[in-house]
Amino acid sequence: MSVSVQEADFDAGAEIAALSAGRDDVGAVASFVGLVRADKSSDAAAVQAMTLEHYPGMTEKALDAIVAEARGRWDIFGARVIHRVGRLLPGDRIVLVAVVSAHRGEAFAACEFIMDYLKTRAPFWKKEETTDGGRWVDARETDDHAAGRWQTGKD
Amino acid sequence: MNIKVLFFAGLREALGVGSESLALPAGVGTVGVLRDHLAARGEPWSALATTKNLRAAVNQQMVGPDAAVKPGDEVAFFPPVTGG
Repeated sequence: MSVSVQEADFDAGAEIAALSAGRDDVGAVASFVGLVRADKSSDAAAVQAMTLEHYPGMTEKALDAIVAEARGRWDIFGARVIHRVGRLLPGDRIVLVAVVSAHRGEAFAACEFIMDYLKTRAPFWKKEETTDGGRWVDARETDDHAAGRWQTGKD
Repeated sequence: MNIKVLFFAGLREALGVGSESLALPAGVGTVGVLRDHLAARGEPWSALATTKNLRAAVNQQMVGPDAAVKPGDEVAFFPPVTGG
């Protein structure tokens, strides 16, 4: 399975090893692991925990579609995406994206593409618990910009 | 046949409800018109009109306000996503 949405933590090393297990044509593995940060800016109340909500059903479809688009754009052998939901603490892993290909260029590009699209197209929402109470995280324009970089023509 | 409408994140909290099933109201044929129809119910439903950059999905596909809604559809409204 290339996409998982789960409460449980994941073992990035084991996931990466599994992507290339039993094959000798893999020359590159690129991976990204996102973590819960304790604080975002100096004027914000300290983040003590974070709860991730998602849209069951649509989330998996959206992630599958993003991986399929990456496979259409780059010559990659496979990809693994794991996104956690539920309550997470600073330092916890939130997301893993790992891509295997013959060469590093394709792996790097596809990994970054999947992450950029995930941030703007997959239905997850973060709510932070801070010393001042709960607050929903606002979407960032820089994320839209990052995803927009990959658009070619009218797609 | 009814439509199912889902709400997520801050919008779900503002409305105090995560989902509801309703008969597609007469004259409502698109996501944008459905949003206006629900927002016109009065408080707290105006949150559908005031949520910044509200997003929508029909049958679990992200769509724009002009997307068609027909009986049996699952329609979702939510704020911009913030995963990753």
